[in-house]
Amino acid sequence: MKDRKDPEIADEAEPMETRPSTMKKGKGQAALGRDIQAKIGQQLRSYYDALIEPTPTRFAELLEQLDKQGGKGSSE
Amino acid sequence: MSLDPTIRDEILAAVPSLRAFAISLSGNVDRADDLVQETLLRALANIHSFQPGTNMPAWLFTILRNLFRSEYRKRRREVEDADGSYAETLKTHPEQTSHVEFKEFSAALSKLPDDQREALILIGASGFSYEEAAEICGCAVGTIKSRVNRARTRLANLLNIENANDFGPDRATRAVLTGDDVA
Repeated sequence: MKDRKDPEIADEAEPMETRPSTMKKGKGQAALGRDIQAKIGQQLRSYYDALIEPTPTRFAELLEQLDKQGGKGSSE
Repeated sequence: MSLDPTIRDEILAAVPSLRAFAISLSGNVDRADDLVQETLLRALANIHSFQPGTNMPAWLFTILRNLFRSEYRKRRREVEDADGSYAETLKTHPEQTSHVEFKEFSAALSKLPDDQREALILIGASGFSYEEAAEICGCAVGTIKSRVNRARTRLANLLNIENANDFGPDRATRAVLTGDDVA
């Protein structure tokens, strides 16, 4: 018995926006063509890159500040 | 005690990707920034438990992911985020990413179950191995693999990606660009 039926994955049951397609759903494991995987991979990386681009500097400042304080008891 | 400069640099180097992961999870930039900040606070408070030379990004991602799960998950993603409107709060996008594509993609991503989304991001964008992602998510490698597969399948559906012709402009657009008739 695999953990396939993990209750966390129950969202699977909700209706998917499908349209007529050669892709099988249901098994949830339908093999995607390499082209499709490549396309998704490329879009995913573009998306992620766009999120990375404007990282604020405040975190570097925060780290410096915490370091100066000796990093003690900052988290409860 | 002062932070080892090497450790500090490793933490700083991981922040941009950590933050992108947080935005992907929470669908909200402000919330993501809070998550990153809290992660850094916890990391420094527990830095003694980090073994130098081991995987700093994975360690930070684990902290952030657990924080998100414990504090934010119950709130679920807000409805307004479902259409990817948080993308609007991002000030800039790299030239190579069209705004429309970005919005479409983030909207589709937001429709995935949390566990599928995080697995897909960790593997496909953050650059972790399946083993590392399994450790970050506290599950088996096989579970990560099946979540990633499901995520890809569902995204393909949501984005209506059906074949390689979806690369670049579609036929109708190409026809406009080149002046050809649409066959």
